[in-house]
Amino acid sequence: MSITYKKIRQIVGPLVFLKNKHDVHYGEIVKIRTEGQENRIGQVIRIDEEIIVIEVFEETKGISSDNSEIIFTGEPFKLKISNDMLGGVFNSLGQPIDIHTKKLLDSEIFTEIEQDITGIPINPFARQYPSNVIQTGISVIDGLFTLIRGQKLPIFSGQGMPHNKLAAQIVTQAKVLSEEPFLIIFCGIGIIQDDVIFFIEKFQKSGNIHNIISFINFADDPVIERLIIPNVALTTAEYFAFKKEMHVLVVLDDMTNYAEALRELSSAKEEIPSRKGYPGYLYSNFASIYERTGIIKGKKGSITQIPILTMPNDDISHPIPDTTGYITEGQLVLNRNLEKKGIYPPMEVLASISRLMKDAIGEKNTREDHADISSQLLASYSNALEVRDLISVVGEDSLNLEQKILLKFGNDFENKFLKQRFDENRDFSKTFSIAWEVLGNIPKNQLYRIHQEFIDKYYPKQV
Amino acid sequence: MMKTSNQIGHISVGYISAINGSLIDVKGIENHTRLHDLIKISNHNILGEVIQIYSEKVIVQCYENTSNLSLGEKVIDLEHPLSMELAPGLLGKIFDGIQRPLDDIYSQFKDNGFLKRGVELPPLSRKKKWHFIPKKHLNEKISGGDIIGIVQETSSIKHYILIPPKKFGTLTFIAEEGDYTIEDIIYKLKENGQENSFNMIQKWPVTKRRPFYKKEKATEPLITGIRVIDLLFPIAKGGTVAVPGGFGTGKTVIQQSLAKWCDADVIVFVGCGERGNEIADSLKDFEKLIDPRSGRPLLERVLIIANTSNMPVSAREASIFSGITIAEYYRDMGYDVALMADSTSRWAESLREISGLLEEMPAEEGYPAYLPSKLSSFYERAGVVQTLGTNNSEENREGSLTIIGSVSPPSGDFSEPVTATTKRFVQAFWALDARLAYAKHYPAINWLDSYSNYSEYISNWWNKKGISGDELELNWQECRNQVNEILSKENNLKNVIQLIGEENLPEDQQLELFIAKIIKEGFLIQNAFDNVDNYTDVDKLMEQIRIILLLYKEAKELLNQGIIIEEIKELKIIDDILRIGSSIPNNEISKIAKITDKLFDEIKALKHTHISMGEK
Repeated sequence: MSITYKKIRQIVGPLVFLKNKHDVHYGEIVKIRTEGQENRIGQVIRIDEEIIVIEVFEETKGISSDNSEIIFTGEPFKLKISNDMLGGVFNSLGQPIDIHTKKLLDSEIFTEIEQDITGIPINPFARQYPSNVIQTGISVIDGLFTLIRGQKLPIFSGQGMPHNKLAAQIVTQAKVLSEEPFLIIFCGIGIIQDDVIFFIEKFQKSGNIHNIISFINFADDPVIERLIIPNVALTTAEYFAFKKEMHVLVVLDDMTNYAEALRELSSAKEEIPSRKGYPGYLYSNFASIYERTGIIKGKKGSITQIPILTMPNDDISHPIPDTTGYITEGQLVLNRNLEKKGIYPPMEVLASISRLMKDAIGEKNTREDHADISSQLLASYSNALEVRDLISVVGEDSLNLEQKILLKFGNDFENKFLKQRFDENRDFSKTFSIAWEVLGNIPKNQLYRIHQEFIDKYYPKQV
Repeated sequence: MMKTSNQIGHISVGYISAINGSLIDVKGIENHTRLHDLIKISNHNILGEVIQIYSEKVIVQCYENTSNLSLGEKVIDLEHPLSMELAPGLLGKIFDGIQRPLDDIYSQFKDNGFLKRGVELPPLSRKKKWHFIPKKHLNEKISGGDIIGIVQETSSIKHYILIPPKKFGTLTFIAEEGDYTIEDIIYKLKENGQENSFNMIQKWPVTKRRPFYKKEKATEPLITGIRVIDLLFPIAKGGTVAVPGGFGTGKTVIQQSLAKWCDADVIVFVGCGERGNEIADSLKDFEKLIDPRSGRPLLERVLIIANTSNMPVSAREASIFSGITIAEYYRDMGYDVALMADSTSRWAESLREISGLLEEMPAEEGYPAYLPSKLSSFYERAGVVQTLGTNNSEENREGSLTIIGSVSPPSGDFSEPVTATTKRFVQAFWALDARLAYAKHYPAINWLDSYSNYSEYISNWWNKKGISGDELELNWQECRNQVNEILSKENNLKNVIQLIGEENLPEDQQLELFIAKIIKEGFLIQNAFDNVDNYTDVDKLMEQIRIILLLYKEAKELLNQGIIIEEIKELKIIDDILRIGSSIPNNEISKIAKITDKLFDEIKALKHTHISMGEK
């Protein structure tokens, strides 16, 4: 039984205030019907004996105090999910946005279920610690920041940098050594049309991917909807991962737009801001999205997340990347100087990390020398960068032999190991052999981070 | 809408009158309820805590998601504050912030691994029987803190069943040795003609500290096996330390290493607002790792409280106090307990979130003005204590509680409120440095910004250990001083190098730089994931630093004799010294003596060629 209100007391930004006259449920979904306009959806976010406050997901433009009906559904936000969604493109509310998707859903027998989109936390005790390596075919990721199934590994980028290209390359080349296929869920948050076209095209061209579901909130769609679309995408992901036992890889692009929507809503609610106007609950709110990743004991499926975010002014200490980095299991940071030097992927390796690789790599999964190689490459590259700084002060001529060696190593590292073509897919052994080739610049006795047995086995023979 | 409120027997009942996020207003109990009483929303089994009382309503903070609640729903005042259930069976468990058993929830609701709302299970098993050995006799006069009997809780930990604080009387009944559940009556006390029965369970409110006889001075180090800590920034048993660091600086790895290797008897690990996979990681390690003392899994002396970042914020706020209450309980048995809280910043943020919902006037960066008093009420519960209990030889127990709290300052800025406030209440500070982490220098503890006030308290302990070498009689304190001196000289020289280059420094300064580099690469850097390097015991620690300082002393001598620094740098033995961490296990430190011998041989050879060249 639904109850309808016909009078609105107050409208402030995305918030609508009603005089409380019935037994409303907290978090309940309401439909807003305005004369001559599309129906809108909202959610109850505050109740007391006088007032009900509703957050409207779409714009509140055109609503007046008496031209609209507010219909209480008595239900939380539920998403219809079915197997027929594969290949479809949907909006923030889970409705098809193109004709193809509409047809797809109409023509099939609907085996849908309804699911509340607010995620329930996974019991930490029920989590299976992720340990299956995903080969992305990109040397710098596989070698130094290995992606693990069930991990959340964001890309920290800046405007104009090739994060979309990198995400597309990861997604199209991603492969688990057991060869089980992925379902890709692409979630565009305030994303521009061109980027959507780029992604969909890349995904469709790839022979590796048969299953994609896209949820898109375009840059010109209502801002408030950006706050629900990740939950819609992740609810779908949980269904396919934990009910249908599939491996799901979710790309969230771009979380900066999400955070800005959150700030806008918070300011409309007149909340006390913390850093840079973002609400104090930014961390908990981000966590409610990022933590919907992982593997559950006794279930076959998994959810892996690659959130993309653009750092305002390339500032990694900005609240959005900073808060994200505290929740995600590492980060891949892109660097503008490397990009200017023509190096793709322009990965700032010293600021990047994959936290879950330590237990997943090694003899059984990748190769026994993997951990040592990655530690040595990073340590030596860090030294090489120090030498470069030194050159700017004292000039290249006054370097000693050790420093010259490091300089050569640094250049080789960037040009041979880091640099890679967009369509180049290197497997683990190829990545390791390039790594040893680059390490061959450094005398054996200075590879302090590599066990002697691996040096004996893999150090390139001098020509 | 139901709008009645009344008292049925003892139970006072009210109803919900407003909902705003995790806060609800309740009417009908405002005249009887006390601040911090627990309430229960009966239809959904949701617990909450009274945080403000007004004349016409009370404000309740719920420990779970409030969605789908509605006004008028029945609320029961449980008339007691959030309390921990203390009894055998705590060790090896994993609880959420309000002591719900996450392992039992998983095994009893197996259909999926999600945490459904309103699950109600007792924290500890009511069915499991424990073998109880009585230690007191009929008609003995006993009082709070006395040991009434012993239960072997796990193979390494005896659980002393204590008389609850403030209880006393004459023992009128005590159970015979045998197997009992924690609810069975095991003793009765008669006091002023009134007899009370007791089982093994004690309940203790989380925000109230457990009483003790008196506080003692901390004199013993907590050995962590992490070289930079044990030598440069030690912590005492019963001490407090903060570990601040931006993301990626390795806070969690340090916390996990400490939990795995430090020499406390009982570990309480509070995962507060952090990642779910990290909890899974710790749990997996604790199950897998064998405790060297008992030969059994480490988990048998560990207890985990997990309230991950996506679990309800108000239970996160409680989790820290839940953890410390359980830790104090084991301390009262006479154990050395270490509590790791990862991360106190998330806990402070939960205060901020709730304070924001209450529309309180914020202090710095939105944190409430009572942040300092809340933080101190946590850290001040650490310490070495003489426990309560009759003062005889058997029961004059000393226990300690060490707190290691990590702090996650936004953008690694140590001047932010939580880090700055925490600094006022802790005695040691391990500053994690993003630049070191970027250079893959782990543990990324910055030796210039970190400090420890415990070195004086514990230097006697090290001296008593009597670890000293033949060639260089440096004790622990002297090693510290030398290392600190070399590292600070290096820091001063850094700016000069930037201007003129290392090559152009005088030879003796180049030596300082070279030794500083060896100290960093071969001593301070330690690989937590290497099976040998992950734990350095005190003997190996001293040998390892000693050989570096020996090289330093000898090299200075060589420079005086006119040998140039480049020749010293090319000594083959230096590679061996740098690899000691990962190549020589703790039980094979005699190999370090062999390296020392080789060092002398090479130095002798170097001197020899120098002299013969001089003769030509």
